[in-house]
Amino acid sequence: MLKIKNIDVYRGSTHVLHHLNLEVKDGEIVSLIGANGAGKTTTLRTISGLLRPKNGEILYKTDTNSHPIDTTSLPPNEIVKLGISHTPEGRGIFPQLTVKENLLVGAYNRVDDQIESDLLSMYNMFPILQKRSRLDAGKLSGGEQMMLSLGRALMSRPKFLILDEPSLGLAPLIVEQIFDMLKRINEQGVTILLVEQNAVMALELSSRAYVLETGRIVLEGESADLITNKKVQDAYLGGAES
Amino acid sequence: MSFDYIVQQIANGITLGSMYALVAVGFSMIYGIMRLINFAHGDIVMIGAFTTLYLLQNIGLPLPIVAIMVLIVGFGVGMLVEKSIFLPMRGSPQVTGFIASLSLSIMLQNFGILILSAQPRNFNFPEYMNSIITVSTIKFKVLDVVIIVTTIVLVIALLLLINKTKLGIAIRATAQNLDVARLMGININRVIMLTFAIGSAIAAVAGLMWGGKFGQIDPLMGYIPGLKAFVAAVIGGVGSIPGAILGGFILGISEVLFVGLMPPEYSSFRDAFVFIILIVILIVMPNGLLGKNMEDRA
Ligand SMILES: Nc1ncnc2c1ncn2[C@@H]1O[C@H](COP(=O)(O)OP(=O)(O)OP(=O)(O)O)[C@@H](O)[C@H]1O
Ligand SMILES: [Mg+2]
Repeated sequence: MLKIKNIDVYRGSTHVLHHLNLEVKDGEIVSLIGANGAGKTTTLRTISGLLRPKNGEILYKTDTNSHPIDTTSLPPNEIVKLGISHTPEGRGIFPQLTVKENLLVGAYNRVDDQIESDLLSMYNMFPILQKRSRLDAGKLSGGEQMMLSLGRALMSRPKFLILDEPSLGLAPLIVEQIFDMLKRINEQGVTILLVEQNAVMALELSSRAYVLETGRIVLEGESADLITNKKVQDAYLGGAES
Repeated sequence: MSFDYIVQQIANGITLGSMYALVAVGFSMIYGIMRLINFAHGDIVMIGAFTTLYLLQNIGLPLPIVAIMVLIVGFGVGMLVEKSIFLPMRGSPQVTGFIASLSLSIMLQNFGILILSAQPRNFNFPEYMNSIITVSTIKFKVLDVVIIVTTIVLVIALLLLINKTKLGIAIRATAQNLDVARLMGININRVIMLTFAIGSAIAAVAGLMWGGKFGQIDPLMGYIPGLKAFVAAVIGGVGSIPGAILGGFILGISEVLFVGLMPPEYSSFRDAFVFIILIVILIVMPNGLLGKNMEDRA
Protein backbone atom coordinates (compact mmCIF):
# COMPACT_ATOMS: atom_id res chain seq x y z
CA MET A 1 0.00 0.00 0.00
CA LEU A 2 2.67 2.49 1.06
CA LYS A 3 6.39 2.31 0.55
CA ILE A 4 8.70 4.98 1.87
CA LYS A 5 12.14 4.65 0.34
CA ASN A 6 15.12 6.30 1.87
CA ILE A 7 13.67 9.72 2.58
CA ASP A 8 15.48 12.61 4.20
CA VAL A 9 13.31 15.35 5.62
CA TYR A 10 14.40 18.73 6.94
CA ARG A 11 12.46 21.19 9.03
CA GLY A 12 14.07 24.53 8.47
CA SER A 13 17.73 23.68 8.62
CA THR A 14 17.28 20.74 11.02
CA HIS A 15 17.80 17.36 9.45
CA VAL A 16 14.91 15.46 11.08
CA LEU A 17 14.50 12.16 9.20
CA HIS A 18 17.55 10.22 8.05
CA HIS A 19 17.28 7.70 5.21
CA LEU A 20 13.96 6.50 6.49
CA ASN A 21 12.43 3.35 5.03
CA LEU A 22 8.99 2.18 5.98
CA GLU A 23 6.39 -0.04 4.42
CA VAL A 24 2.73 -0.64 5.11
CA LYS A 25 1.02 -3.50 3.33
CA ASP A 26 -2.63 -3.73 2.32
CA GLY A 27 -4.91 -4.41 5.25
CA GLU A 28 -2.26 -4.07 7.95
CA ILE A 29 -2.17 -2.04 11.11
CA VAL A 30 1.39 -0.81 11.50
CA SER A 31 2.53 1.25 14.44
CA LEU A 32 5.34 3.74 14.60
CA ILE A 33 6.62 4.37 18.09
CA GLY A 34 9.37 6.53 19.48
CA ALA A 35 10.20 9.13 22.09
CA ASN A 36 9.29 12.82 21.94
CA GLY A 37 10.99 14.55 19.07
CA ALA A 38 11.97 11.32 17.32
CA GLY A 39 10.29 12.45 14.11
CA LYS A 40 6.98 10.56 14.14
CA THR A 41 4.84 13.55 13.30
CA THR A 42 7.36 14.61 10.69
CA THR A 43 7.03 11.19 9.04
CA LEU A 44 3.25 11.43 8.87
CA ARG A 45 3.28 15.00 7.61
CA THR A 46 5.64 13.93 4.86
CA ILE A 47 3.33 11.08 3.83
CA SER A 48 0.35 13.41 3.57
CA GLY A 49 2.29 16.01 1.61
CA LEU A 50 2.52 18.79 4.19
CA LEU A 51 6.29 18.33 4.14
CA ARG A 52 8.52 17.41 1.21
CA PRO A 53 11.43 15.02 1.49
CA LYS A 54 14.73 16.34 0.23
CA ASN A 55 15.46 13.00 -1.38
CA GLY A 56 14.03 9.53 -1.54
CA GLU A 57 10.54 8.65 -2.68
CA ILE A 58 7.11 7.67 -1.43
CA LEU A 59 5.08 5.19 -3.45
CA TYR A 60 1.43 4.46 -2.88
CA LYS A 61 -0.87 1.83 -4.36
CA THR A 62 -4.62 2.18 -3.92
CA ASP A 63 -4.92 -1.63 -4.07
CA THR A 64 -2.76 -4.67 -4.68
CA ASN A 65 -3.23 -4.75 -8.42
CA SER A 66 -2.97 -1.09 -9.26
CA HIS A 67 0.11 0.72 -10.39
CA PRO A 68 2.17 2.44 -7.69
CA ILE A 69 1.81 6.22 -7.70
CA ASP A 70 4.72 8.43 -6.77
CA THR A 71 3.24 10.82 -4.19
CA THR A 72 6.56 12.39 -3.22
CA SER A 73 5.82 15.71 -4.84
CA LEU A 74 2.02 15.77 -4.81
CA PRO A 75 0.22 18.48 -2.81
CA PRO A 76 -1.91 17.31 0.16
CA ASN A 77 -5.22 17.80 -1.64
CA GLU A 78 -4.13 15.41 -4.39
CA ILE A 79 -2.91 12.89 -1.83
CA VAL A 80 -6.27 12.98 -0.05
CA LYS A 81 -7.95 12.09 -3.33
CA LEU A 82 -5.95 8.86 -3.42
CA GLY A 83 -7.71 7.71 -0.27
CA ILE A 84 -5.13 8.69 2.33
CA SER A 85 -6.55 10.35 5.41
CA HIS A 86 -4.38 11.90 8.13
CA THR A 87 -5.78 12.55 11.59
CA PRO A 88 -3.29 15.07 12.92
CA GLU A 89 -1.62 15.35 16.29
CA GLY A 90 -3.90 17.16 18.73
CA ARG A 91 -6.93 16.04 16.69
CA GLY A 92 -7.06 19.14 14.50
CA ILE A 93 -10.78 19.76 14.66
CA PHE A 94 -12.01 23.15 13.44
CA PRO A 95 -13.16 24.75 16.70
CA GLN A 96 -15.52 27.29 15.16
CA LEU A 97 -17.19 24.97 12.70
CA THR A 98 -20.10 22.97 14.02
CA VAL A 99 -19.71 19.26 14.63
CA LYS A 100 -21.72 18.57 11.49
CA GLU A 101 -19.64 20.96 9.41
CA ASN A 102 -16.47 19.29 10.65
CA LEU A 103 -17.82 15.96 9.46
CA LEU A 104 -18.81 17.43 6.10
CA VAL A 105 -15.36 18.92 5.59
CA GLY A 106 -14.09 15.36 5.84
CA ALA A 107 -16.03 14.58 2.67
CA TYR A 108 -14.75 17.69 0.91
CA ASN A 109 -13.37 15.88 -2.11
CA ARG A 110 -16.23 13.49 -2.58
CA VAL A 111 -18.71 13.98 -5.39
CA ASP A 112 -20.93 10.91 -4.87
CA ASP A 113 -24.41 11.05 -3.39
CA GLN A 114 -23.70 8.96 -0.30
CA ILE A 115 -22.40 11.80 1.85
CA GLU A 116 -25.67 12.27 3.73
CA SER A 117 -25.99 8.57 4.43
CA ASP A 118 -22.37 8.38 5.60
CA LEU A 119 -23.14 11.26 7.92
CA LEU A 120 -25.91 9.18 9.42
CA SER A 121 -23.63 6.19 9.85
CA MET A 122 -21.14 8.41 11.70
CA TYR A 123 -23.97 9.51 13.97
CA ASN A 124 -24.78 5.84 14.53
CA MET A 125 -21.19 5.03 15.31
CA PHE A 126 -20.78 8.07 17.59
CA PRO A 127 -24.23 9.00 18.95
CA ILE A 128 -22.73 11.83 20.97
CA LEU A 129 -21.81 13.59 17.71
CA GLN A 130 -25.43 13.58 16.63
CA LYS A 131 -26.48 15.06 19.95
CA ARG A 132 -23.90 17.79 19.54
CA SER A 133 -24.19 18.21 15.77
CA ARG A 134 -25.04 21.92 15.85
CA LEU A 135 -22.55 22.84 18.52
CA ASP A 136 -19.22 24.48 17.73
CA ALA A 137 -16.68 21.66 17.78
CA GLY A 138 -14.40 23.68 20.06
CA LYS A 139 -16.91 23.14 22.84
CA LEU A 140 -16.56 19.34 22.77
CA SER A 141 -14.56 17.47 25.40
CA GLY A 142 -11.25 15.92 24.43
CA GLY A 143 -12.74 12.48 23.96
CA GLU A 144 -15.61 13.81 21.89
CA GLN A 145 -13.14 15.76 19.77
CA MET A 146 -11.18 12.58 19.11
CA MET A 147 -14.37 10.85 17.99
CA LEU A 148 -15.16 13.78 15.76
CA SER A 149 -11.68 13.70 14.32
CA LEU A 150 -12.00 9.99 13.61
CA GLY A 151 -15.49 10.38 12.17
CA ARG A 152 -14.28 13.23 9.99
CA ALA A 153 -11.47 11.04 8.68
CA LEU A 154 -13.92 8.25 7.86
CA MET A 155 -16.15 10.70 5.98
CA SER A 156 -13.50 10.75 3.26
CA ARG A 157 -13.93 6.96 2.89
CA PRO A 158 -10.22 6.40 3.27
CA LYS A 159 -8.36 3.31 2.14
CA PHE A 160 -5.37 4.27 4.23
CA LEU A 161 -5.76 5.97 7.59
CA ILE A 162 -2.85 7.56 9.39
CA LEU A 163 -3.28 8.68 12.97
CA ASP A 164 -0.96 10.81 15.07
CA GLU A 165 -1.26 9.97 18.76
CA PRO A 166 -5.01 9.44 19.02
CA SER A 167 -4.63 8.59 22.72
CA LEU A 168 -3.04 11.94 23.59
CA GLY A 169 -4.58 13.46 26.70
CA LEU A 170 -7.54 11.07 26.87
CA ALA A 171 -8.82 8.98 29.76
CA PRO A 172 -7.91 5.27 29.56
CA LEU A 173 -11.52 4.24 29.02
CA ILE A 174 -11.91 6.51 25.99
CA VAL A 175 -8.59 5.31 24.64
CA GLU A 176 -9.87 1.72 24.84
CA GLN A 177 -12.96 2.76 22.91
CA ILE A 178 -10.97 4.52 20.22
CA PHE A 179 -8.62 1.57 19.82
CA ASP A 180 -11.56 -0.83 19.57
CA MET A 181 -12.93 1.33 16.83
CA LEU A 182 -9.63 1.37 14.97
CA LYS A 183 -9.67 -2.39 15.10
CA ARG A 184 -13.16 -2.50 13.62
CA ILE A 185 -12.31 0.06 10.97
CA ASN A 186 -9.33 -2.06 9.99
CA GLU A 187 -11.50 -5.18 9.81
CA GLN A 188 -13.63 -3.34 7.27
CA GLY A 189 -10.62 -3.12 5.02
CA VAL A 190 -8.94 0.15 5.95
CA THR A 191 -5.17 -0.01 6.26
CA ILE A 192 -3.82 1.89 9.27
CA LEU A 193 -0.54 3.53 10.21
CA LEU A 194 -0.62 4.49 13.86
CA VAL A 195 1.80 6.80 15.68
CA GLU A 196 1.69 6.40 19.43
CA GLN A 197 3.44 7.28 22.65
CA ASN A 198 1.32 4.64 24.30
CA ALA A 199 3.52 1.86 22.98
CA VAL A 200 1.84 -1.04 24.79
CA MET A 201 -1.54 -0.32 23.28
CA ALA A 202 -0.10 0.39 19.87
CA LEU A 203 1.87 -2.84 19.83
CA GLU A 204 -1.13 -4.81 21.02
CA LEU A 205 -3.27 -3.45 18.22
CA SER A 206 -0.82 -3.59 15.34
CA SER A 207 0.63 -6.52 13.49
CA ARG A 208 3.97 -4.88 12.76
CA ALA A 209 5.82 -1.93 14.16
CA TYR A 210 8.74 0.41 13.63
CA VAL A 211 10.74 2.10 16.34
CA LEU A 212 12.01 5.57 15.51
CA GLU A 213 14.91 7.17 17.35
CA THR A 214 16.17 10.65 16.47
CA GLY A 215 14.96 10.35 12.93
CA ARG A 216 16.21 6.85 12.24
CA ILE A 217 14.39 3.51 12.26
CA VAL A 218 16.28 1.49 14.84
CA LEU A 219 14.03 -1.54 15.08
CA GLU A 220 11.26 -3.09 13.10
CA GLY A 221 9.34 -6.32 13.17
CA GLU A 222 6.26 -8.15 14.32
CA SER A 223 4.56 -6.24 17.11
CA ALA A 224 4.35 -9.41 19.19
CA ASP A 225 8.13 -9.77 19.04
CA LEU A 226 8.80 -6.13 19.76
CA ILE A 227 6.61 -6.17 22.82
CA THR A 228 8.93 -8.73 24.41
CA ASN A 229 12.09 -7.15 23.05
CA LYS A 230 14.37 -6.09 25.90
CA LYS A 231 15.39 -2.81 24.26
CA VAL A 232 11.81 -1.81 23.53
CA GLN A 233 10.69 -2.73 27.01
CA ASP A 234 13.39 -0.64 28.62
CA ALA A 235 12.88 2.37 26.40
CA TYR A 236 9.14 2.51 25.86
CA LEU A 237 7.24 0.00 27.92
CA GLY A 238 8.58 0.15 31.41
CA GLY A 239 10.58 2.04 33.98
CA ALA A 240 10.91 5.70 33.26
CA GLU A 241 7.66 6.07 31.39
CA SER A 242 5.12 4.64 33.75
CA MET B 1 -32.59 70.05 17.62
CA SER B 2 -35.60 68.17 16.47
CA PHE B 3 -36.30 64.48 16.56
CA ASP B 4 -36.63 64.50 12.77
CA TYR B 5 -33.20 66.02 12.44
CA ILE B 6 -31.67 63.22 14.48
CA VAL B 7 -33.52 60.56 12.51
CA GLN B 8 -32.30 62.22 9.33
CA GLN B 9 -28.74 62.11 10.61
CA ILE B 10 -29.07 58.46 11.54
CA ALA B 11 -30.30 57.75 8.02
CA ASN B 12 -27.21 59.49 6.62
CA GLY B 13 -25.06 57.52 9.01
CA ILE B 14 -26.56 54.30 7.75
CA THR B 15 -25.61 55.21 4.20
CA LEU B 16 -22.05 56.01 5.19
CA GLY B 17 -21.96 52.95 7.44
CA SER B 18 -23.08 50.76 4.55
CA MET B 19 -20.07 51.76 2.53
CA TYR B 20 -17.70 51.33 5.46
CA ALA B 21 -19.23 47.92 6.13
CA LEU B 22 -18.73 46.75 2.56
CA VAL B 23 -15.08 47.72 2.55
CA ALA B 24 -14.54 46.35 6.05
CA VAL B 25 -16.09 42.98 5.25
CA GLY B 26 -13.50 42.18 2.59
CA PHE B 27 -10.69 43.55 4.70
CA SER B 28 -11.75 41.32 7.55
CA MET B 29 -12.21 38.20 5.42
CA ILE B 30 -8.77 38.66 3.93
CA TYR B 31 -7.25 39.08 7.36
CA GLY B 32 -9.15 36.07 8.64
CA ILE B 33 -7.88 33.71 6.00
CA MET B 34 -4.38 35.07 5.35
CA ARG B 35 -3.56 36.99 8.54
CA LEU B 36 -2.80 39.83 6.14
CA ILE B 37 -3.38 43.48 6.99
CA ASN B 38 -4.14 44.50 3.44
CA PHE B 39 -3.26 48.16 3.07
CA ALA B 40 -4.14 48.07 -0.59
CA HIS B 41 -7.77 47.20 0.12
CA GLY B 42 -8.83 50.86 -0.05
CA ASP B 43 -7.19 51.22 -3.43
CA ILE B 44 -9.54 48.57 -4.79
CA VAL B 45 -12.30 51.03 -3.84
CA MET B 46 -10.55 53.57 -6.06
CA ILE B 47 -10.30 51.08 -8.92
CA GLY B 48 -14.01 50.36 -8.55
CA ALA B 49 -14.81 54.07 -8.65
CA PHE B 50 -12.78 54.72 -11.79
CA THR B 51 -14.17 51.63 -13.47
CA THR B 52 -17.64 52.97 -12.76
CA LEU B 53 -16.74 56.38 -14.11
CA TYR B 54 -15.39 54.88 -17.30
CA LEU B 55 -18.27 52.50 -17.94
CA LEU B 56 -20.94 54.99 -16.99
CA GLN B 57 -19.68 58.21 -18.55
CA ASN B 58 -17.39 57.10 -21.38
CA ILE B 59 -19.24 54.03 -22.55
CA GLY B 60 -22.66 55.01 -21.31
CA LEU B 61 -23.83 51.69 -19.92
CA PRO B 62 -26.86 51.62 -17.61
CA LEU B 63 -26.03 51.70 -13.91
CA PRO B 64 -27.16 48.16 -12.94
CA ILE B 65 -24.95 46.69 -15.67
CA VAL B 66 -22.10 48.92 -14.57
CA ALA B 67 -22.50 47.65 -11.02
CA ILE B 68 -22.24 44.04 -12.12
CA MET B 69 -19.19 44.79 -14.25
CA VAL B 70 -17.53 46.63 -11.38
CA LEU B 71 -18.11 43.57 -9.24
CA ILE B 72 -16.42 41.43 -11.89
CA VAL B 73 -13.52 43.84 -12.36
CA GLY B 74 -12.93 43.92 -8.58
CA PHE B 75 -13.01 40.15 -8.49
CA GLY B 76 -10.51 39.92 -11.33
CA VAL B 77 -8.15 42.49 -9.84
CA GLY B 78 -8.31 40.64 -6.52
CA MET B 79 -7.46 37.35 -8.18
CA LEU B 80 -4.58 38.86 -10.07
CA VAL B 81 -3.16 40.62 -7.01
CA GLU B 82 -3.41 37.54 -4.81
CA LYS B 83 -1.89 35.23 -7.38
CA SER B 84 0.95 37.45 -8.42
CA ILE B 85 1.91 39.03 -5.09
CA PHE B 86 0.60 37.14 -2.08
CA LEU B 87 0.67 33.53 -3.29
CA PRO B 88 4.45 33.59 -3.75
CA MET B 89 4.75 34.87 -0.16
CA ARG B 90 2.68 32.10 1.40
CA GLY B 91 4.30 30.99 4.63
CA SER B 92 6.45 34.09 5.06
CA PRO B 93 6.22 36.14 8.25
CA GLN B 94 3.19 38.39 8.62
CA VAL B 95 5.27 41.52 8.26
CA THR B 96 6.25 40.50 4.72
CA GLY B 97 2.65 40.60 3.52
CA PHE B 98 2.08 43.81 5.42
CA ILE B 99 4.95 45.59 3.66
CA ALA B 100 3.97 44.07 0.32
CA SER B 101 0.42 45.39 0.63
CA LEU B 102 1.73 48.82 1.62
CA SER B 103 3.97 48.78 -1.45
CA LEU B 104 1.08 47.64 -3.62
CA SER B 105 -1.07 50.46 -2.28
CA ILE B 106 1.51 53.10 -3.12
CA MET B 107 2.08 51.50 -6.48
CA LEU B 108 -1.62 51.53 -7.37
CA GLN B 109 -1.95 55.16 -6.27
CA ASN B 110 1.05 56.29 -8.29
CA PHE B 111 0.00 54.25 -11.25
CA GLY B 112 -3.43 55.87 -10.97
CA ILE B 113 -1.91 59.34 -10.96
CA LEU B 114 0.26 58.40 -13.92
CA ILE B 115 -2.55 57.30 -16.19
CA LEU B 116 -5.48 59.27 -14.76
CA SER B 117 -3.68 62.38 -13.40
CA ALA B 118 -4.08 63.56 -9.83
CA GLN B 119 -6.93 65.93 -10.81
CA PRO B 120 -10.17 64.97 -9.08
CA ARG B 121 -12.88 64.04 -11.55
CA ASN B 122 -16.51 64.84 -11.24
CA PHE B 123 -18.59 61.79 -10.90
CA ASN B 124 -22.17 62.06 -11.97
CA PHE B 125 -24.76 59.42 -11.51
CA PRO B 126 -27.88 59.53 -13.69
CA GLU B 127 -30.23 62.29 -12.56
CA TYR B 128 -32.85 59.94 -11.10
CA MET B 129 -30.37 58.86 -8.44
CA ASN B 130 -30.53 62.33 -6.94
CA SER B 131 -34.28 62.61 -6.71
CA ILE B 132 -35.68 62.71 -3.21
CA ILE B 133 -37.89 60.16 -1.54
CA THR B 134 -39.75 61.34 1.53
CA VAL B 135 -40.74 58.86 4.16
CA SER B 136 -42.96 60.75 6.63
CA THR B 137 -40.56 63.59 7.41
CA ILE B 138 -37.25 61.94 6.56
CA LYS B 139 -35.75 62.64 3.19
CA PHE B 140 -33.70 60.10 1.31
CA LYS B 141 -32.02 60.46 -2.02
CA VAL B 142 -32.73 57.52 -4.29
CA LEU B 143 -28.97 57.03 -4.24
CA ASP B 144 -28.99 56.47 -0.47
CA VAL B 145 -31.76 53.92 -0.76
CA VAL B 146 -29.87 52.17 -3.54
CA ILE B 147 -26.69 52.11 -1.44
CA ILE B 148 -28.46 50.69 1.59
CA VAL B 149 -30.46 48.10 -0.35
CA THR B 150 -27.43 46.99 -2.38
CA THR B 151 -25.45 46.64 0.83
CA ILE B 152 -28.15 44.52 2.42
CA VAL B 153 -28.34 42.29 -0.65
CA LEU B 154 -24.56 41.87 -0.83
CA VAL B 155 -24.26 41.17 2.88
CA ILE B 156 -27.01 38.55 2.80
CA ALA B 157 -25.45 36.91 -0.26
CA LEU B 158 -22.08 36.87 1.44
CA LEU B 159 -23.43 35.43 4.69
CA LEU B 160 -25.23 32.70 2.77
CA LEU B 161 -22.06 31.92 0.87
CA ILE B 162 -19.98 31.73 4.03
CA ASN B 163 -22.47 29.85 6.17
CA LYS B 164 -24.33 27.60 3.77
CA THR B 165 -22.07 26.58 0.93
CA LYS B 166 -19.20 24.15 0.60
CA LEU B 167 -16.89 26.98 -0.40
CA GLY B 168 -17.98 28.84 2.73
CA ILE B 169 -17.09 25.91 4.96
CA ALA B 170 -13.75 25.65 3.17
CA ILE B 171 -13.10 29.36 3.71
CA ARG B 172 -13.85 29.09 7.42
CA ALA B 173 -11.86 25.88 7.81
CA THR B 174 -8.87 27.42 6.07
CA ALA B 175 -9.10 30.51 8.26
CA GLN B 176 -9.09 28.35 11.39
CA ASN B 177 -6.36 25.87 10.58
CA LEU B 178 -4.41 26.00 7.35
CA ASP B 179 -2.63 22.68 7.68
CA VAL B 180 -5.66 20.68 8.70
CA ALA B 181 -7.64 22.32 5.89
CA ARG B 182 -5.01 20.95 3.50
CA LEU B 183 -5.31 17.53 5.10
CA MET B 184 -9.04 17.61 4.38
CA GLY B 185 -8.22 17.95 0.70
CA ILE B 186 -9.00 21.65 0.47
CA ASN B 187 -6.96 23.41 -2.18
CA ILE B 188 -6.08 26.29 0.11
CA ASN B 189 -4.44 28.38 -2.58
CA ARG B 190 -7.65 28.37 -4.56
CA VAL B 191 -9.78 29.09 -1.49
CA ILE B 192 -7.54 31.96 -0.40
CA MET B 193 -7.54 33.42 -3.89
CA LEU B 194 -11.33 33.28 -4.08
CA THR B 195 -11.69 34.89 -0.66
CA PHE B 196 -9.35 37.68 -1.68
CA ALA B 197 -11.24 38.13 -4.94
CA ILE B 198 -14.66 38.20 -3.27
CA GLY B 199 -13.47 40.77 -0.73
CA SER B 200 -12.02 42.89 -3.52
CA ALA B 201 -15.19 42.65 -5.61
CA ILE B 202 -17.26 43.99 -2.73
CA ALA B 203 -14.76 46.80 -2.13
CA ALA B 204 -14.96 47.76 -5.81
CA VAL B 205 -18.75 48.09 -5.54
CA ALA B 206 -18.22 50.28 -2.49
CA GLY B 207 -16.11 52.45 -4.80
CA LEU B 208 -19.07 52.87 -7.13
CA MET B 209 -21.18 54.01 -4.18
CA TRP B 210 -18.47 56.25 -2.80
CA GLY B 211 -18.13 58.09 -6.08
CA GLY B 212 -21.87 58.55 -6.35
CA LYS B 213 -22.20 59.74 -2.79
CA PHE B 214 -19.35 62.25 -2.77
CA GLY B 215 -19.42 63.25 -6.43
CA GLN B 216 -15.67 63.42 -6.92
CA ILE B 217 -12.98 60.80 -7.27
CA ASP B 218 -9.20 60.81 -7.57
CA PRO B 219 -6.43 58.22 -7.50
CA LEU B 220 -5.71 58.80 -3.81
CA MET B 221 -9.34 58.49 -2.72
CA GLY B 222 -8.83 54.92 -1.40
CA TYR B 223 -7.01 56.11 1.66
CA ILE B 224 -10.02 57.16 3.74
CA PRO B 225 -12.27 54.16 3.00
CA GLY B 226 -9.29 51.85 3.51
CA LEU B 227 -8.45 53.39 6.86
CA LYS B 228 -12.06 53.48 8.04
CA ALA B 229 -12.57 49.88 6.97
CA PHE B 230 -9.52 48.91 8.96
CA VAL B 231 -10.97 50.67 12.01
CA ALA B 232 -14.44 49.18 11.46
CA ALA B 233 -12.98 45.68 11.11
CA VAL B 234 -10.96 46.07 14.30
CA ILE B 235 -13.95 47.45 16.21
CA GLY B 236 -16.04 44.48 15.13
CA GLY B 237 -13.28 41.96 15.76
CA VAL B 238 -10.97 41.48 12.83
CA GLY B 239 -11.68 38.23 10.99
CA SER B 240 -15.38 38.30 11.90
CA ILE B 241 -17.74 39.10 9.04
CA PRO B 242 -20.73 40.11 11.20
CA GLY B 243 -18.23 42.10 13.27
CA ALA B 244 -17.01 44.03 10.25
CA ILE B 245 -20.59 44.88 9.27
CA LEU B 246 -21.46 45.98 12.78
CA GLY B 247 -18.22 47.94 13.01
CA GLY B 248 -18.94 49.69 9.72
CA PHE B 249 -22.37 50.82 10.83
CA ILE B 250 -21.22 51.90 14.29
CA LEU B 251 -18.48 53.95 12.70
CA GLY B 252 -20.67 55.48 10.00
CA ILE B 253 -23.51 56.40 12.33
CA SER B 254 -21.36 57.76 15.14
CA GLU B 255 -19.32 59.81 12.71
CA VAL B 256 -22.37 61.45 11.18
CA LEU B 257 -23.98 62.00 14.56
CA PHE B 258 -20.80 63.58 15.87
CA VAL B 259 -20.69 66.03 13.01
CA GLY B 260 -24.43 66.61 13.08
CA LEU B 261 -24.90 67.07 16.82
CA MET B 262 -21.75 68.89 17.85
CA PRO B 263 -21.33 72.58 17.15
CA PRO B 264 -19.90 73.09 13.64
CA GLU B 265 -16.47 74.13 14.91
CA TYR B 266 -15.91 70.58 16.17
CA SER B 267 -16.69 68.81 12.94
CA SER B 268 -13.09 68.72 11.80
CA PHE B 269 -12.35 66.54 14.81
CA ARG B 270 -14.47 63.69 13.48
CA ASP B 271 -11.51 61.46 12.79
CA ALA B 272 -10.10 62.05 16.25
CA PHE B 273 -13.50 61.05 17.56
CA VAL B 274 -13.44 57.88 15.44
CA PHE B 275 -10.13 56.84 16.90
CA ILE B 276 -11.29 57.59 20.43
CA ILE B 277 -14.18 55.18 19.85
CA LEU B 278 -11.73 52.63 18.52
CA ILE B 279 -9.41 52.90 21.49
CA VAL B 280 -12.22 52.81 24.06
CA ILE B 281 -13.71 49.71 22.49
CA LEU B 282 -10.34 47.99 22.30
CA ILE B 283 -9.56 48.78 25.93
CA VAL B 284 -12.83 47.21 27.01
CA MET B 285 -12.83 44.38 24.47
CA PRO B 286 -9.34 43.72 23.12
CA ASN B 287 -10.62 41.31 20.45
CA GLY B 288 -13.27 43.74 19.22
CA LEU B 289 -17.01 43.40 19.65
CA LEU B 290 -17.51 40.03 17.97
CA GLY B 291 -13.93 38.89 17.56
CA LYS B 292 -12.36 35.65 18.63
CA ASN B 293 -8.76 35.50 19.57
CA MET B 294 -7.17 35.17 16.17
CA GLU B 295 -3.85 33.89 17.46
CA ASP B 296 -5.55 30.54 17.95
CA ARG B 297 -4.78 29.30 14.47
CA ALA B 298 -2.24 26.49 14.40
N1 LIG C 1 8.40 23.50 12.57
C1 LIG C 1 9.58 22.98 12.95
N2 LIG C 1 10.75 23.64 12.69
C2 LIG C 1 11.94 23.11 13.05
N3 LIG C 1 12.08 21.94 13.68
C3 LIG C 1 10.97 21.25 13.97
C4 LIG C 1 9.67 21.73 13.62
N4 LIG C 1 8.77 20.82 14.04
C5 LIG C 1 9.46 19.84 14.62
N5 LIG C 1 10.79 20.08 14.58
C6 LIG C 1 11.86 19.22 15.10
O1 LIG C 1 11.80 18.00 14.41
C7 LIG C 1 12.06 16.92 15.30
C8 LIG C 1 10.97 15.88 15.17
O2 LIG C 1 9.74 16.43 15.55
P1 LIG C 1 8.38 15.63 15.45
O3 LIG C 1 7.30 16.57 15.77
O4 LIG C 1 8.33 14.91 14.17
O5 LIG C 1 8.58 14.57 16.63
P2 LIG C 1 7.54 13.53 17.23
O6 LIG C 1 8.23 12.22 17.18
O7 LIG C 1 6.23 13.63 16.57
O8 LIG C 1 7.46 14.02 18.73
P3 LIG C 1 6.22 14.03 19.75
O9 LIG C 1 6.13 12.67 20.33
O10 LIG C 1 6.64 15.03 20.77
O11 LIG C 1 5.00 14.44 19.00
C9 LIG C 1 12.16 17.52 16.69
O12 LIG C 1 13.53 17.60 17.02
C10 LIG C 1 11.58 18.87 16.55
O13 LIG C 1 12.22 19.77 17.40
MG1 LIG D 1 4.39 14.18 17.21
